[in-house]
Amino acid sequence: MTDVQGRALAMLNRVAQADWPDRLKLRKPFEKLIYSGSRASFRLAAERTAKQGKVPRKSDPDALFDLSLSDEQRMLVDMLDGFATEVLRPAAHDADETASIPAELLNQVQELGLAYYGVGEVHGGMAGERTTVTNALIAECLGKGDLSLGAALLVPLSAANCIRRWGSPEQQERWLPAFVGEETAPLMALAVGEPVLMFDPQQLATKARRKGGSYLLSGEKCLVLRGLEASHLIVAAEAEQGPALFIVDASAKGIERRADPAMGLKAGGLARIRLKSVKVPAENRLAAEHFDYRCFVDHSALAWCALAVGTGQAALDYVTTYCNERTAFGEPISHRQGVAFMVADIAIELDAMRLMVWRACARAEQGLDFQRETYLARLLCTEKAMKIGTDAVQLLGGHGFTKEHPVERWYRDLRALAVMAGGLHL
Amino acid sequence: MNLETPKKFRSLVTQAHQVAANYFRPISRKYDKAEHAYPKELDLLAALLDGMNAGSPEAVGATSASKRKSAAQEEGVRNGGNLSACLGVMELCWGDVGLLLAMPRQGLGNAAIAAVANEEQLQRFGSTWAAMAITEPGCGSDSAAIRATAVKDGDHYVLNGEKIFVTSGERADAVVVWASLDRSLGRAAIKSFVVEKGTPGMTVTRLEKKLGIKASDTASISFNDCRVSAANLLGNPEIDAQKGFAGVMETFDNTRPLVAGMAVGVAKAALDRTRELLKKACRFDYARPLLAVSHAEATLYRLEAEWEAARLLTLKAAWMADNKLPNSKEASIAKAKAGRVANEVTLKCVELAGALGYGEDELLEKWARDSKILDIFEGTQQIQLLIVARRQLGKSSSELK
Repeated sequence: MTDVQGRALAMLNRVAQADWPDRLKLRKPFEKLIYSGSRASFRLAAERTAKQGKVPRKSDPDALFDLSLSDEQRMLVDMLDGFATEVLRPAAHDADETASIPAELLNQVQELGLAYYGVGEVHGGMAGERTTVTNALIAECLGKGDLSLGAALLVPLSAANCIRRWGSPEQQERWLPAFVGEETAPLMALAVGEPVLMFDPQQLATKARRKGGSYLLSGEKCLVLRGLEASHLIVAAEAEQGPALFIVDASAKGIERRADPAMGLKAGGLARIRLKSVKVPAENRLAAEHFDYRCFVDHSALAWCALAVGTGQAALDYVTTYCNERTAFGEPISHRQGVAFMVADIAIELDAMRLMVWRACARAEQGLDFQRETYLARLLCTEKAMKIGTDAVQLLGGHGFTKEHPVERWYRDLRALAVMAGGLHL
Repeated sequence: MNLETPKKFRSLVTQAHQVAANYFRPISRKYDKAEHAYPKELDLLAALLDGMNAGSPEAVGATSASKRKSAAQEEGVRNGGNLSACLGVMELCWGDVGLLLAMPRQGLGNAAIAAVANEEQLQRFGSTWAAMAITEPGCGSDSAAIRATAVKDGDHYVLNGEKIFVTSGERADAVVVWASLDRSLGRAAIKSFVVEKGTPGMTVTRLEKKLGIKASDTASISFNDCRVSAANLLGNPEIDAQKGFAGVMETFDNTRPLVAGMAVGVAKAALDRTRELLKKACRFDYARPLLAVSHAEATLYRLEAEWEAARLLTLKAAWMADNKLPNSKEASIAKAKAGRVANEVTLKCVELAGALGYGEDELLEKWARDSKILDIFEGTQQIQLLIVARRQLGKSSSELK
């Protein structure tokens, strides 16, 4: 218990030393969050002591249908909403233009300690038993600031989630503490997608061949988020018994990296990575007892969907203001059904996307099967998010086509939903 | 957070599904063919439902959607009558929408009574089968333009006007009629009255022949100097410019999720049957990318995703009503989404099943006809979009017309 409180104090201390939370009026919500985080952990620890020896329960069979957020989730959302509006949105245009993330922003995010939500309490983090919905809410908030920056900033949390969920106890012990340490954690990028037509993450062309105490990895990965700057890669490759994940030193012999610029996700620092017989120690193969590659892929898809829900919300808010302010023929264009109905449809489909994503995430964290729900959520989000992106540009007309407004960037970014595999992990 | 059907409603869902499968489905085609014939099988079922509802606080059917909260304040999240009614209606309409609409005492008139009646009226009309009469020949979606009038005369009101599209208008024991106390005062002066069957001056003038939901009768009713006791005016008789019409409209916050639930039910019927028919041609394992499966399989996945979205939006609107959260926007979102999705799903399923789907040996073509009304009554798609848009954009009905 003292550990947990100490951890919260350490985090608070780091934020206390920074000045940006004051500048951005974020200190209050942030302090509240840390307080509640420590309190929640306190309560959890107490509950655990009381119920020692019991098997952790799966889902609560008496649970009511409930769409409300927990107090902690609500505070987290409040805090990240502010961060998205005050910090991410203003930085997004330049990050897209220069295809890079400002160093100051990276520092701020480090101080926010998002990776704590990916690391279990035993390793110094705050991830409890049920984390998927909270992770989705984090992604949604960041996506509301900017999809591309949001994705880039989620990479450390994603890597931590991935190792916590799919690593053996030894692997967790080895890799996870760094994510919540004083020093900046090593950046680990998740490399799954491959540059082939009709790519199927279940049919990987990248192969891992066992040779003595090592694996030899060969293949090509594309659109790897922050793949250029990463010190390590978590690579999905077909091994002898199906797909597996390997933690690979990015500077290992046989790895060739280059920029892989695309339509959008510019701030994501996308990389094309070629692996030629890259030697990886066998102990770097993620080896959780219940390793489930398909489930890994689903957690990734849900992360992208949650980001898109956030960006969809940003688009809805933006066109709502714009259509009320823009006048034509003597009145706001929002007074015309042709315009107003497009806005209504955005509101409807956005709500639909959000519920589909929440349901899949809630099932995942309850230990229920969520393959079908994820498949359908991704399908719906892919289609509706792009429709929202294109309608947002349409509603702004010629102005929407220019870089004066963020909608053209969201349009480019939202197309990514259909093609991204991996990269993130809730 | 949890978006699964709560355990306490699971037996209700199973029961409703049994009724749909074993009671509605076998007579579905019969009453599609015999339009205007009363499905007498429903009497027994209605009695059974009444019995079930009397014995259980969580009732199936329309009236439970707007049951007032019990006096005792409950702590925390609530799953109540709105959610259970939606879940029940979804299952029953998986059986047959027309038969559900024809069910005695389950109509929207009963939902209106349950929503706005005072305690005395609840007692008096609680077991009355009530139909709902809003639409007129010259006014559909624009219910504020109602021309039917009610003039106070002693302790009676005198009703005059024409009503059309009254579901079960001939079969029901009573009709809830919307009429204006003073047409110069606009929406605020519109009140609803319970007019019992056989009241002099009320005549059923015709029954419609329709595209679908033929098991459910749709009547035209004319009122000529029809005298109704003043005690039959539902709710407050005062004309309150602030609240008046809004009070009447509140019924919709409870009934729109129900109609959305009907849409979800009929769409599920079509999806289930089409998957059954195509099971040899498709895998339905939710495993391969959409690009890599057959067009038929991909189409069914897409329809299923749309259906699931409509279902969740419907449950959300009902859940909000149960928890006393303002849900006008969400009720319209659910109705808009479910209405258009049900229509698309049922029509596409006919296409996917080809000649088999179009022929009368299957029920797919019937469901594709039945679903159309769900995107029309209780507010058309376009009316729902208007409501959602006004809320989203912060516009009044005079700004965004």
